[in-house]
Amino acid sequence: MASTDARATASVDDVAAQGPAQRTTLRSRHLISIGDLDPEEITLILDTAEAMKEIESRPIKKVPALRGKTIVNLFYEPSTRTRTSFEIAEKRLSADSLNVAATGSSVAKGETLLDTARNLEAMAPDMIVLRHAASGAPHQLARASRAAVINAGDGTHEHPTQALLDGFTIRARKGHIAGLKVAIIGDLLHSRVLRSNLLLLRALGAEIWVCGPPTLMLPGIEQFGVRATTRIDEAAEGADVLMMLRIQRERMRGHFVPSLREYFNVYGLTAERVERAKSDVIIMHPGPMNRGVEIASEVADGPYSVMLDQVANGVAVRMAVLYLLAGNPDEM
Amino acid sequence: MQILLKGGRVVDPAAGQDGVADVLIEDEVVAQVGTDLPADGARVIYVPADCVVCPGFIDMHVHLREPGQEHKETIATGATAAVAGGFTGVACMPNTDPVNDQAGITESILAKARAAGQARVYPIGAVSRGSKGEQLADLAELKAAGCVAVSDDGYPVADALLMRRALEYAASFGLLVIDHCEDPSLVGGVAHEGYHATALGLRGLPAVAEELIVERDVTLSGLTGAPVHVAHMSARGSLRAVRSGKARAIKVTCEVTPHHFILTDEALQGYDTNVKMNPPLREAADRDAMLEGLADGSIDVIATDHAPHHYDEKAVEFDQAPFGITGLETAVSLSLDRLVHREVISLNRLVELYSTNPARILGVAGGTLAPGGAADVTILAPEAPTTVDVARMRSKGKNTPFGGWELRGCVAATIVGGQMLYVSDAVPEAAVFTAGGG
Repeated sequence: MASTDARATASVDDVAAQGPAQRTTLRSRHLISIGDLDPEEITLILDTAEAMKEIESRPIKKVPALRGKTIVNLFYEPSTRTRTSFEIAEKRLSADSLNVAATGSSVAKGETLLDTARNLEAMAPDMIVLRHAASGAPHQLARASRAAVINAGDGTHEHPTQALLDGFTIRARKGHIAGLKVAIIGDLLHSRVLRSNLLLLRALGAEIWVCGPPTLMLPGIEQFGVRATTRIDEAAEGADVLMMLRIQRERMRGHFVPSLREYFNVYGLTAERVERAKSDVIIMHPGPMNRGVEIASEVADGPYSVMLDQVANGVAVRMAVLYLLAGNPDEM
Repeated sequence: MQILLKGGRVVDPAAGQDGVADVLIEDEVVAQVGTDLPADGARVIYVPADCVVCPGFIDMHVHLREPGQEHKETIATGATAAVAGGFTGVACMPNTDPVNDQAGITESILAKARAAGQARVYPIGAVSRGSKGEQLADLAELKAAGCVAVSDDGYPVADALLMRRALEYAASFGLLVIDHCEDPSLVGGVAHEGYHATALGLRGLPAVAEELIVERDVTLSGLTGAPVHVAHMSARGSLRAVRSGKARAIKVTCEVTPHHFILTDEALQGYDTNVKMNPPLREAADRDAMLEGLADGSIDVIATDHAPHHYDEKAVEFDQAPFGITGLETAVSLSLDRLVHREVISLNRLVELYSTNPARILGVAGGTLAPGGAADVTILAPEAPTTVDVARMRSKGKNTPFGGWELRGCVAATIVGGQMLYVSDAVPEAAVFTAGGG
């Protein structure tokens, strides 16, 4: 084990050494919004994730970088993919991690988020990974907590590690992000993945299109610096990346869409619509997807789909985030 | 007991007065206003040159929370906060627990207000039983018990037929209907629908929900000939509707809060629950429209929508926090700083907005210093620098986004019914008003 540790330490040191020229650390103690990161920092995370990916290819997928660090995964919403991904990332970095599954809102639970935060705080965790149904919950937690807070999805606000893994996946496939036409299609209004991706893709210079029913368009869209359309053909035309967003089945309530069948007919990603995109288009989805609603099964399972890459890259990206937020790499 | 306020600038738009004058108070009423009034045994207070004597300010939209939510505020703490904010009278909304929809509750509010002996309290009764919007409350009985107006505030009168009937019926008793204008089918959010709420992932409260009901109420007021008052107006489309109604001689009046003429939805950044209120902070164009309406006379009143909450209730996720902020102890300083000193309006107009107009619209005493009227006086120190100090507030509610703001202008003293109930200890000018001072 000792030799494994030694080798791993060397590898992690390499990350710090060979990383991008300017930055080797993040300015913010927390990762709450992609807006907390400048383009250099985003690149630093993606570059660090490259090195983390290498660890996955080893027979023993574990390094001691976060040994002795305590990480609490505080999930107020059910999540399989994101929680598992964080947990694997934490274990591969040798952190002591534990899951706290809090159901329902703080009010329903009888204890407020801030009281939960204070109680956790008393046990001195180094990081808290928070998933919460209320937008802004991580901001409040960060104000009350000495631990670094990582936003694992807050309401309809942001999901920054998802955008980072999406950026990583695009960069891995395309070699770059600047100048690519990225069309994001679906339930724009309720998507935290969208909001984080808008910030990340804009920072890295992509040409962003958003597309969805007018009822699910973003109020104030003109201030987001993106092209908006309600016609999927226009969004898909010449696209390098098609990123599909999940539509919740309950959106017929609130009169957002008449039916899922009609939604698929007008906004679903079909093979014919994919034809309008570039021949090397990649098709992304943050999951979980609704087959036959926002995306046809043959497209989801087809050659352009990179959805499983996204999941795989999620672990490496989260390892990079945890590693960089853990503080000064010299101490590792 | 006689007090002679000597040599101050007296601003009383209702009496056409703006100049140096003496005000003689005898017991509970104003006895005389004029120059060089003789002391005749009265306690003489030489009003400092930089203070202004005004008819008492009236906040026609506050929530005193009693009965039922005394952990947020009581009639006594609210009425004490009122005089500390320069208000000699406040009109309290009926959304207490139980709702003020019957004479017994109105009477109990008035009894507690008398016992507190601070600002005058004018109860507003409910339009509908339990403010449920289903059946009219006993409006004549509420009026007889002492309600000065009716409103289902907190909720709109959503049903157009109920609103029409309420206007027709209430007007026959001279009872004003005040509406919280919001189409309930269009809301369900927590912040103004626009760029900032979208970027922050907060569900939207669209301006159109307010504008539609203001349009409806103006139209119904025109139909019935009954006056209607638009509470806490926030959207530019609402102002357009009010202006259009006034141009057609429809009896519509409206109020705006300090936060809606100062702040915008940009303040949502950071998710401070003290910027969560309903109506929400809107965009810059709406805020600017409110300033325009204040300047050109289309807005009649500044009211605070004082909505105290316990700090526990606000220390939760933005989605779950209750709507509302306090206002009684910040409004006058905010208005002097942001409206008068920035030359949006004159001091004379400020007094109209805070005293003349609310007294006229509600039909209550005050609104002028004319002899024979109640000796309710607000004395301003318009130049005095002040810092909003949340810890020193008299209200139980500390939920304000203005804590720490440095402002120019504040209240020096407040007289209610001839009693000097408040003298600021933060302003050197005010020392003369304390007993034995000057």
